Amino acid sequence: MLKINDLRASIEGKEILKGINLEVKPGEVHAIMGPNGSGKSTLASVLAGREEYEVTGGAVEFSGKDLLEMAPEVRAAEGIFLAFQYPVEIPGVTTINFLKTAVNEIRKYQGLDPLDAAQFLKMVREKAKMVNMNDSLLKRALNEGFSGGEKKRNEIFQMAVLEPKLAILDETDSGLDIDALRIVSEGVNKLRTPERATIVVTHYQRLLDYIVPDYVHVLYKGRIVKSGPKELALELEEKGYDWIKAEVEAETAQ
Amino acid sequence: MSTETIDLKTRLVTDFYAREAVMNGEAQSEFHQTKRQALGIFEDRGFPTPRNEEWKYSNVRDLISHQYQFAGEHAVTEEVIDSLRIANLTGNILYIVNGRFEEKLSTIVSPADQLQIKPLHEAIKERPELVSTYFGQLAKSESDSFTALNTAFAHDGVFIHVPAGKVVDHPVIIRFISDARAENVGSNPRNLFIVEQNAQVKIAESYRTIGEERSFTNTVTEIFVAESANVEYYKVQNEAEKAYHVGTTHVRIVDNSHFYSATVSLNGGFIRNNLNIELDGQHCEAFMYGLYFPDGKQHVDNHTLADHRKPNSYSNELYKGVLRDRSTGVFNGKIFVRQDAQKTNAYQSCKNVVLSPDATMNTKPQLEIYADDVKCSHGTTTGQLDEEALFYMRSRGISKNEAMTLLMYAFCEDVVSQIKIDAIREHLEGVITEKLTKK
Ligand SMILES: Nc1ncnc2c1ncn2[C@@H]1O[C@H](COP(=O)(O)OP(=O)(O)OP(=O)(O)O)[C@@H](O)[C@H]1O
Ligand SMILES: [Mg+2]
Repeated sequence: MLKINDLRASIEGKEILKGINLEVKPGEVHAIMGPNGSGKSTLASVLAGREEYEVTGGAVEFSGKDLLEMAPEVRAAEGIFLAFQYPVEIPGVTTINFLKTAVNEIRKYQGLDPLDAAQFLKMVREKAKMVNMNDSLLKRALNEGFSGGEKKRNEIFQMAVLEPKLAILDETDSGLDIDALRIVSEGVNKLRTPERATIVVTHYQRLLDYIVPDYVHVLYKGRIVKSGPKELALELEEKGYDWIKAEVEAETAQ
Repeated sequence: MSTETIDLKTRLVTDFYAREAVMNGEAQSEFHQTKRQALGIFEDRGFPTPRNEEWKYSNVRDLISHQYQFAGEHAVTEEVIDSLRIANLTGNILYIVNGRFEEKLSTIVSPADQLQIKPLHEAIKERPELVSTYFGQLAKSESDSFTALNTAFAHDGVFIHVPAGKVVDHPVIIRFISDARAENVGSNPRNLFIVEQNAQVKIAESYRTIGEERSFTNTVTEIFVAESANVEYYKVQNEAEKAYHVGTTHVRIVDNSHFYSATVSLNGGFIRNNLNIELDGQHCEAFMYGLYFPDGKQHVDNHTLADHRKPNSYSNELYKGVLRDRSTGVFNGKIFVRQDAQKTNAYQSCKNVVLSPDATMNTKPQLEIYADDVKCSHGTTTGQLDEEALFYMRSRGISKNEAMTLLMYAFCEDVVSQIKIDAIREHLEGVITEKLTKK
């Protein structure tokens, strides 16, 4: 589904991603961990199409198409969804209005008729219930004045509405209380089907107790320096990143 | 010999004396003396140039390089009016076409004991005591050439009187139409609104052009809001590319009165709005909202003044603009707090989104505060649309254009939502969406 091959990207002339290789197949969940500043959010943003980043090398194929050629909105319509580490506040645009526009623009791209108001509302109510999202938030301006947890929940709610093929969750667990963490994870798990895949960026093993990954990758200084089964996350939790850093330094010293 | 060689000022002055010569006895009237004095000032000063600080960014050179037919004939029929109607708008709807009050086209629904509406020239005859008390009290010829010009030609326009204690339940909508289908047209509408104690009224001025030729509209409106009265005043400009508009509104509010205004400039080649509010009483409140969207080579200039003369009053101002293409905008907002005006609260904010590198916005807040116990703030911002917000929306499948439209609309919504005549607000929402989605 997603094939990342030697992806390099920089911002303001500084190279952040230094050759990323990763393949995600339908139905899989991949966790990406790594120290602060290693490039996890950058990778997520480049996949979603943020234009500030300059892709300086490599290729990304999504469902057989060249992802890097597509505008962000086309990527979304093709089925990529990024849950932002820092969701943006948009005064004056209500969550419901925003989502309705998004749903119908994507349907248009897919050659489907727009949903009418009643159909849309029904669908949205179901999804809101699924992630325990309060209806009153839907009528408020998008993320404006939302608490940290409410913003994260809103991301998962949007994901539930848009039903992407590939969801990239960038630290969706940070800022969530224990109950919210469970609800959000359940939301993600409900969307887990053999056709869909998820990339979970996190610092904490506890999220992976709920969303159990098939693979765990460690991103460090713009490269995936280690990959392993879900147990790797436990090892990282226990030992931290020093041993991995040491391994990398030893390798580059050779 | 040919008219083209005569400049606009000379032509206007010549017109004035030609009309005066056929006036008989009326030329001796007090009102005519005021006009003649105004003409003298206009003749003396001429049109302003950019050397005049108040006109630094608004050059009228192009406006005065053409000739206009003033108060000429027009062929505006019921059918034309129908095509300009605003859906669901009901109330007292008046038509001023090329500066003439068209009673036949107008509809007055409010009872006469609630609301008196007359063409200004009739009010001069029928309510001389009111006209002579109020006319020209705020709009001073010596302070501005366009006001002098308007005063010299003051004849038609709308006189509104709301007697004490009357709450006018239907809004008054004054539609100024420039019929520029056959030739360049000009008008000097002069309005006088007197709202007595404890009375309430909503008034809207709407400006439209039909036809392809040039139009020059030079409006002056004076509004007097007596003790504990409440006035809502809206101005909506949706004119053509070749329309020049200079519009001045002076307001005086006194003890416990409220004045609430929104000025929306949707379209027009050259727009200069002056809104001057005297807060001449205690515990009175003035609100000024504004919104403008110039595109192409359009120019919109808003000059405002909140003049706090007495203690314990409040003014609040919010102007917003979206500028595109090669358009230019000006915001000049003055707040005066006079020595007596202790405990004044005065706030001002002007926010702009400039979408093109060729568009420019000049903002100049001016605070002059002579009292020591006051709360005043002002702020202006000029920037682009929020890139983070755009990316966020696009990452959800919303196209760049649609995302920009949603953001611009959200930006304008703060002001649009202030318009409390539902049909006008809904009409504006439609026109604004259309204008924002264009291109
Ligand atoms: N706009 C920018 N300008 C300059 N440097 C940037 C910019 N955006 C990101 N960076 C740098 O790129 C590096 C990677 O940042 P990124 O946000 O991808 O890290 P991360 O792995 O997600 O970290 P965290 O765990 O803290 O979220 C950091 O050193 C960061 O400072
Ligand atoms: Mg990050």
